Amino acid sequence: MSSRPEKNPLPTGRAIIEMDGIRKVYDTGKVKVEALKGVDLRIEKGEFVAIVGPSGSGKSTLMNLLGCLDTPSGGDYFIGGEKVAGLTRDALAEVRNRRVGFVFQAFNLLPQISAFENVEMPLVFGGVPPKVRRAKAAELLGKVGLGDRMDHKPTELSGGQMQRVAIARALAMDPDIVLADEPTGNLDTTSGTDIMGVFLDLWKQGSTLVVITHDMVLARRASRIVEIRDGRIVSDRAAEQAA
Amino acid sequence: MKVIFHLFLQSATLGRKRAFLTIAAIAWGTVAILLLLAFGEGLKRQLGSNARAMGENIGVMWMSETTKAWKGMNPGRPIRVRIDDLPVLKSRLPELEDLIGEAIFWRTNLTSGRKTVAGRVKGVSVAYGEARKQYPVEGGRFLSPLDEAERRRVIFLGNELAEDLFGKEDPVGKTMLVAGAPFTVVGVMQKKTQMGAYAGMDKDHSIIPISTWKALFGRPTVNNLVLRVSDPAKMKDAIARTREVIAAKYGFDPADERALPTWDTVESQKTTRNMTVGIQIFLGIIGALTLLIGGVGVANIMYAVVKERTREIGVKMALGAKAGWITGPFVLEGLSYTLVGGAAGMLIATLMILGMSFIPTEGNQVMEFLGTPKLSPAIGAATASILGVIGLLAGYFPARRAAAIDPASTLRYE
Repeated sequence: MSSRPEKNPLPTGRAIIEMDGIRKVYDTGKVKVEALKGVDLRIEKGEFVAIVGPSGSGKSTLMNLLGCLDTPSGGDYFIGGEKVAGLTRDALAEVRNRRVGFVFQAFNLLPQISAFENVEMPLVFGGVPPKVRRAKAAELLGKVGLGDRMDHKPTELSGGQMQRVAIARALAMDPDIVLADEPTGNLDTTSGTDIMGVFLDLWKQGSTLVVITHDMVLARRASRIVEIRDGRIVSDRAAEQAA
Repeated sequence: MKVIFHLFLQSATLGRKRAFLTIAAIAWGTVAILLLLAFGEGLKRQLGSNARAMGENIGVMWMSETTKAWKGMNPGRPIRVRIDDLPVLKSRLPELEDLIGEAIFWRTNLTSGRKTVAGRVKGVSVAYGEARKQYPVEGGRFLSPLDEAERRRVIFLGNELAEDLFGKEDPVGKTMLVAGAPFTVVGVMQKKTQMGAYAGMDKDHSIIPISTWKALFGRPTVNNLVLRVSDPAKMKDAIARTREVIAAKYGFDPADERALPTWDTVESQKTTRNMTVGIQIFLGIIGALTLLIGGVGVANIMYAVVKERTREIGVKMALGAKAGWITGPFVLEGLSYTLVGGAAGMLIATLMILGMSFIPTEGNQVMEFLGTPKLSPAIGAATASILGVIGLLAGYFPARRAAAIDPASTLRYE
């Protein structure tokens, strides 16, 4: 499906995600909160991983670290074979741009511009030439079934449609990994199931997916379920495949 | 790029009223700085031309008494340069463009028809006209070499004295009496605003050839000398040299400056110029402070905008926008508010200054002294660069705050 399949070639013997003894401490001044207390996690290319756990378990922190939105306090993190620790803000931005596609619970589309322009955004930051960019945005919106809604603004779309635009945007730079944080949390059951279907299709086409959720129905559709509690991984098992 | 620009335009249309008020503040600051600088410029030019109205590159040397003993003679001896010695002195002073003797009779009867006023009559040579800017009104002339050589009874009048004597009539060619002797009026001086004078204002003096003056009043000495040089830088040396030559001729210590006290107008014009430049800098600083307040307004509005768009900034960061993509639009927006306001202010100020230039200065004492505000390329450049700097700063600081936003914390909740 990708026009540039070998954009980020993975060194042999390495996984897409390699986390080794990752710790994260939030220093609020008075108290130090240890959100992650040593997490080891390896995600291979083509996996569909669900990360589950109650609120406050550290899954959001893990998500921020996986997506390079934040840096760990200790431990080693490699994404696509690239070491993340010690990178500058701009270098982190570049890693996010090339390697990570985000899908958020609150969609986080920019309301002032059209669906098409929203999908174009990461390509602009990635320095992709306009012609290639437009073709890519149109292709992706067609793929998520919104080929006829490209010029609509986010406010003119339903929740499910907005999340489809967000998924198209996440795929724009052909990332190593798509990170979804409660992607169905703001959707009704029908739209939720619908979006789940889109993720399953992506996985079947070879994308690597990580979904954070507390919805076990959704989690069970993944290939692997990682459960996190009190900043530690407490279980890591293969899920039974429904599809 | 187009996407970013589109997003930028869409966001920029938010808070239109706030933007308008800020732009107005910048415009006001620009008007203030431009008017103040233009006022300073007008003052500088007017003071300069007023100061030059007495003459350019001239020095005035008065006759006084020696203050030092010299070759057995006691101090306190009066020094009086004789009219007949002037050609000899001039021949020994090649560095002077002109050496003019000025003989003054302070009060004598000047009569035209039935009207008599007490006036000042000066005897000078022809070069005085150019050196002291005695330009004749059209239809008349200043003294000529022949007037001097033939000791003619011709007279040149200051413009106010002419009006006193002749009213609205044209005096040129008319006959009048000077101390009872008939004279022909050959010219009237053009009106000028004169700042700085010795021996009274030019507008109410009268001038006759120095040869005629000597014969009429029977005094062989001058009251003062007028020295003119071609290069103002050489004025100091020329004055010292003149004193030496006169000292040799009249027998006094050439180092005795107080024997011939001198006014170096080149020096005093320099002082005037420095003073007006100082005034201009002062006015410029006041204007810049006013503009700075406008800049603080822009920065303020930009801080609010950064706060409003926190989520948008977080989203862009998550999508991989580097710092430049985040800060660029804010700097651009701050700069464009400032420049739009500045352009409006420049237009308004230019129109105001243009309007003020139509106010007649003629007959208005204050305006004759202060002059009308004037714009110059230097003022435009100074204002534009101050605007540019303020605009950049007003955008830069809020943009820096935007770039420091933590994307992780902005994205999670509605």
